[in-house]
Amino acid sequence: MAIIERPSTAPAVPAVATPSSSLGALKRPMMETGWKSWLFTVDHKKIGIMYGAVAMFFFIVGGVEALLIRLQLAMPNGKILNADVYNQMFTMHATTMVFLFAMPMAAAFANYFLPLQIGARDVAFPRLNALSLWLLVIGGVVLNLAWFLGGAADGGWFMYAPNSGPVFSPSNGVDFWTIGLQIAGIASLIGSINLIVTVLNMRAPGMTFMKMPVFTWMILVVQFLLVFSLPVITVALVLLMFQREFGATFFDAAAGGDPLLWQHLFWIFGHPEVYVLILPGFGIISEVLPTFARKPLFGYPFVVFSGASIGLVGFGVWAHHMFATGLGPVSVAVFSIATMAIAIPTGVKIFNWLLTMWGGKIWYTTAMKFAIGLVLLFTVGGLSGVTHSVAPSDTQQTDTYYIVAHFHYVLFGGMVFGLFAGFYYWWPKVFGRLLNEKLGSWNFWLMFFGMNLTFGPMHILGLQGQPRRMYIWTDARAGEGFFNLAFWNMVASIGSFVLTTGVLMFLINVVYTWRKGPKAGADPWDARTLEWLTTNPPKPHNFDRIPVVHHLDEFFHRKYEEDTATHTMRRIADGADLVRAEEAAADSDIHLPGPSYWPLVLALGIGVLGLGTIYGIPVMVVGAAVILLGSFGWVLEPSVPADSEIDPPSVDGPTKEIAPLG
Amino acid sequence: MADVAVHADHGSGHGHHSSTGLSNNKLAMWLFLGSECLLFGGLISTYMLYRGRVSDGPHPSAIYDIPFTSVSSFVLLMSSLTMVLAVTAAQRNDDSKTNLWLTVTALLGSTFIGGQVYEFTAFYREGLGFTTSLFGSSFYTLTGFHGVHVSVGVILLLSTMGIIRKNRITGNKAEVVEMVGLYWHFVDIVWIVIFTLVYLIPA
Repeated sequence: MAIIERPSTAPAVPAVATPSSSLGALKRPMMETGWKSWLFTVDHKKIGIMYGAVAMFFFIVGGVEALLIRLQLAMPNGKILNADVYNQMFTMHATTMVFLFAMPMAAAFANYFLPLQIGARDVAFPRLNALSLWLLVIGGVVLNLAWFLGGAADGGWFMYAPNSGPVFSPSNGVDFWTIGLQIAGIASLIGSINLIVTVLNMRAPGMTFMKMPVFTWMILVVQFLLVFSLPVITVALVLLMFQREFGATFFDAAAGGDPLLWQHLFWIFGHPEVYVLILPGFGIISEVLPTFARKPLFGYPFVVFSGASIGLVGFGVWAHHMFATGLGPVSVAVFSIATMAIAIPTGVKIFNWLLTMWGGKIWYTTAMKFAIGLVLLFTVGGLSGVTHSVAPSDTQQTDTYYIVAHFHYVLFGGMVFGLFAGFYYWWPKVFGRLLNEKLGSWNFWLMFFGMNLTFGPMHILGLQGQPRRMYIWTDARAGEGFFNLAFWNMVASIGSFVLTTGVLMFLINVVYTWRKGPKAGADPWDARTLEWLTTNPPKPHNFDRIPVVHHLDEFFHRKYEEDTATHTMRRIADGADLVRAEEAAADSDIHLPGPSYWPLVLALGIGVLGLGTIYGIPVMVVGAAVILLGSFGWVLEPSVPADSEIDPPSVDGPTKEIAPLG
Repeated sequence: MADVAVHADHGSGHGHHSSTGLSNNKLAMWLFLGSECLLFGGLISTYMLYRGRVSDGPHPSAIYDIPFTSVSSFVLLMSSLTMVLAVTAAQRNDDSKTNLWLTVTALLGSTFIGGQVYEFTAFYREGLGFTTSLFGSSFYTLTGFHGVHVSVGVILLLSTMGIIRKNRITGNKAEVVEMVGLYWHFVDIVWIVIFTLVYLIPA
């Protein structure tokens, strides 16, 4: 299951290619174009783009849910949603944004750029990569199916007992939720193992750990967090499933169970998950800021190790979500201090980014604006986070809008701004066209103001005591004066529509760029890292020859040389010329992993098996049978096609393209 | 230049490019097993929390049959030995011995599963159902999860044997057997922990 480079075997290749078939029936789908080339692909770039499309779809779904929530709360006695639908709305808004937008979008960037940044031709396990994608899609479908089958999950995204039990959640919503999240969890687990092996094992020659781009580093840290936190939520979900489907009483206080067990299991996963969400954003802006400040990242090792220590300490702070439960003074003190300690590496990063920009010739592109926006807004969110680490203060703020304000500043202001910086920075890499900067500017400023208008007032609402999940408020209780709830709820709701307009600008920009955007050159941003040492968009095999790495910021050092007299950097080569030089020296006869039906079959089988826990044993048996069939098909099919499955290479000189069957 | 360097690294025609020198497959298996440790960690913690909560039905000490479970634990431990023999046979490229030891390992694993089925039925007859008490729910969840892991292991062993027989194996045969072995040993080691914590330490 690795990508294999073989010396040319041209003379032995037969004239007509014959695709292999496993299980005797299904021939390997070698299509190069059309929908089948996407459905059965194992190419990390196509998978990355599909991850991005799926995540963007769910971003819109989650966004509409958020707008409905804000519409309901804009005026007293809101009539848009009733209490039951409101519960479903905020539960699914959070679940969708965390599991179906933020994580998959980070996975999209990781999938696409991680192999390119380390000079590899694909990930370590291309078919498992496809399996991750399809499992995510199926998990997302299962989660949202509940809307049409009796109502979605309605216990809040952390689904505390007794809200998760049959008394308060009588519909099947929570059942679909537990199944959907378990399937999405398997997807993330497989993806994380795949990416860790890719980073550890498939770096280009010369790329030591301390020469890896920061984005790759942060993604590596995130994957370790996922590998060790996902099994814990799986246990929690399994226990909840057994409680709901088979009558166990794990979290039922009346039957002697411990509702706190759920809280511990959930947050042992849930807190590392917070860093799973934010670190990719940190990684992206650690690429964007140096590029557009035209300076190397200030203190690279500090950025890397503070990222790693955020990940490590992140496993030891989960109970700060539970200060209000009465953990006891020792636990509260320990988790308080650990939580405060996490501010240190985070602060180190903020200062590194500031000092990266300090004295640089800053180029205010949209990507750069989003990156600076992240630094600003994340600092606000980080500071309100420190106030939560103080347990007495946190006890007051628990389950108020102050918490909502905090995590939207870190997640929207932090993660989402990081992702948008990534869109603008890497769009030309992925699609070969530059996003429009003027629309981009509108996009940024509307999102920036919209986000502050929406989430800024929530600090006030929370400190005034507005509870986090109330579905209605009345004039009688809104209070008077500057801090009255009526005014600030209205501001937040208006802000959410400004924010939406900003996001719409991005979608318009995408359509505009797709139709009329200017073609990007090989190196539009004068970038620094290896992913730019290939064409835009990259060829299926990424690199014409595997680069040999000598420096951190290898691509930059191939373009610039230090003038020893003046200690300034002198340009010695053009990015486009470097790419052409690679093309001229291309490897011959590159074998790539072949497309496959089996990831899709296996993912469908797992989906059916999951639904079987709701719809009964016969459905489970069908699912298990499909899984078994899919596994055998998978195992019996070689991951890299044999020579006989591929059209023979051209006879004159080295072949630069892979030649799958027509 | 780069091209030459890359090929010089592997020498042979189908070498992997691996920065650490470890095989991708093995690295992935180790990561998966690391993740599984936390899965069982969560289940074991749940059991430890709930083992004394017997609102109804028998108490743990009343139903555990230590001598019987010791024997089935011994059978499972011996299957690790036969698994090692299968791996060394595969590394010597001795197909018939590999298949022999894989079969013996699968048989020992099935014996353990048979023992577990017997134990579950006996406990059920003595009044411990899945929903009888929190002890019952957490006991069946934990040991059931382990049983499913062993059963998956048995399917892996038999499938590996079948694929070797038909000569349909893709990739390095010794490594495939070794990977199945890693999984199998993990399942055994987890059982040692479960056996100690669940059966031997009184609630």
